[in-house]
Amino acid sequence: MSHPANPIEAIKDELKSAYDHNPNDAHDTHDHHHQDEETKVTLGFWIYLMSDCILFATIFATYGVLKDATAGGPNGRELFDLSFVAIETALLLLSSLTFGLSMISMQANKLKGVMGWLAVTGLLGLGFMGMELYEFNHLIHEGAGPDRSAFLSAFFTLVGTHGIHVTSGLVWMAIMFVHLSRRGLTSANRIRMMELSLFWHFLDIIWIGVFSIVYLMGAA
Amino acid sequence: MHVPNEPTLHKAKDPHTELADHHAVDKLNHEHGHDHGASHGSVKSYLIGFALSVVLTGIPFALTMLKILPAATLIPAILILGVIQIVVHLHYFLHMDTSSSQIWNNAAFVFTVIIVGILIVGTIWVMFHLNHNMHPGMMPGGMG
Repeated sequence: MSHPANPIEAIKDELKSAYDHNPNDAHDTHDHHHQDEETKVTLGFWIYLMSDCILFATIFATYGVLKDATAGGPNGRELFDLSFVAIETALLLLSSLTFGLSMISMQANKLKGVMGWLAVTGLLGLGFMGMELYEFNHLIHEGAGPDRSAFLSAFFTLVGTHGIHVTSGLVWMAIMFVHLSRRGLTSANRIRMMELSLFWHFLDIIWIGVFSIVYLMGAA
Repeated sequence: MHVPNEPTLHKAKDPHTELADHHAVDKLNHEHGHDHGASHGSVKSYLIGFALSVVLTGIPFALTMLKILPAATLIPAILILGVIQIVVHLHYFLHMDTSSSQIWNNAAFVFTVIIVGILIVGTIWVMFHLNHNMHPGMMPGGMG
């Protein structure tokens, strides 16, 4: 490594290569450091996910309290189209599988596989969001918007919060795609991919709660 | 949890034997000491997880859409299948297990489950009784 004359630049360079180096390089002496980093960062991200779980719990509880407060408006049985929700669910489930395949490509150091499966995951996620926005639009045009009743406010809040999370996941995937295409499978990118995969699988778990409690129990 | 593909990372390309040994130790640490998060799993385990969740999603959807069961049986069935599917996802997709390296992840998880339980059950319980006491005899269908 050729160090620039400026000492600050040299330190920056050092830090950058320590953080963003590729573990496939022959000169791999930072392994312990990266393992510790990986463990710590992953636990931190896990704790974020757990706090997000509590956020969703409050919204689920609110929905549970307000689900019968329809103010004379339509209830879940009249509004929900279960075959539509089944397709949404299938898209999200499939995207969890394709993200898993992306992670497996990462373990095998196949950058093309990682990016390919990540792209498929992103497209499935986009399909899910497209369907959700279509449903929201359809409900609002039917006069069943979030302002119609407490039930519908709670419904839009719960399903919408999940949707915002999925959208964030899609933005993250787009950024991840740039990271991967610029630097490849560096340790930093591996950690990012691991976090993103936890996030994406976590959203699938929240969706299990949504389709069970909102859609299926609403139609039961 | 087994890690079939990971070791290819540390194929001893290194000319220094000492360093190669160092890598072997790292590899062991990696397999047995650092099983965090979603970095691990095999095609097979993902496919098993996927197949299980397809079944566990399909059953409650079919039961609800075909209207086979009365609501009193259907609702508990949906909830139980949902909880089982969450456990399947946690195991096969988020790779949670009981290994000692996951102890802090698991501690945070158990804490969260308790808080989530108190939040949801407590909220619905309190609000049900509040509604009941505020409007005696006026509740159309109850809150539960």
